[in-house]
Amino acid sequence: MILARIIGTVVATRKDPRLEGRKLLLVRPVKLDGSDDSGFLVAVDTVGAGYREQVIVVSGSSARLAHGMKDFPIDAAIVGIVDTVEVDNME
Amino acid sequence: MQLARVVGTVVSTAKNPELIGRKLLIVQTLDAYQKPVGKPFVALDSVGCGVGELVFWCRGKEASFPFPDWDTPTDCTIVGIVDSVFVDDSRKRSL
Repeated sequence: MILARIIGTVVATRKDPRLEGRKLLLVRPVKLDGSDDSGFLVAVDTVGAGYREQVIVVSGSSARLAHGMKDFPIDAAIVGIVDTVEVDNME
Repeated sequence: MQLARVVGTVVSTAKNPELIGRKLLIVQTLDAYQKPVGKPFVALDSVGCGVGELVFWCRGKEASFPFPDWDTPTDCTIVGIVDSVFVDDSRKRSL
């Protein structure tokens, strides 16, 4: 799982029927200090996350295990909204 | 599986029901000589480890296998706490 920040939404009319009614969000991975990391992901929301919130993103086949996503054609799902991140000294 | 150090914790209130009661930790992957490599990940704990401990974690679908019904949405789970690591030093010299 990675930490990411929601930076936008994705709207799609033509899509797999199983994705109808699901919120697609554009997320950007973030480092532990909250600064942007490289890359972008389109992730399906399962927790009601919103713009600029920091979230936990599950990728790969495990994304299908997220709540209500069984057998969905997805490989990234938002499974939690981050309250706080606490990091010990990296050394 | 990867060797890693637990470097922090993540607190999340609004999350998937399957994740309720689970501990979210930040792991930094290490090489054989315990130097950090790559990005840190958020991992689910299945063995009861804490910050600062040396652990190994597995990624992918298999990460959900330690949990009941294999239905926990995780792609990164700590599956063991490392007691000791032995690395042949002669190999390190040749690298």
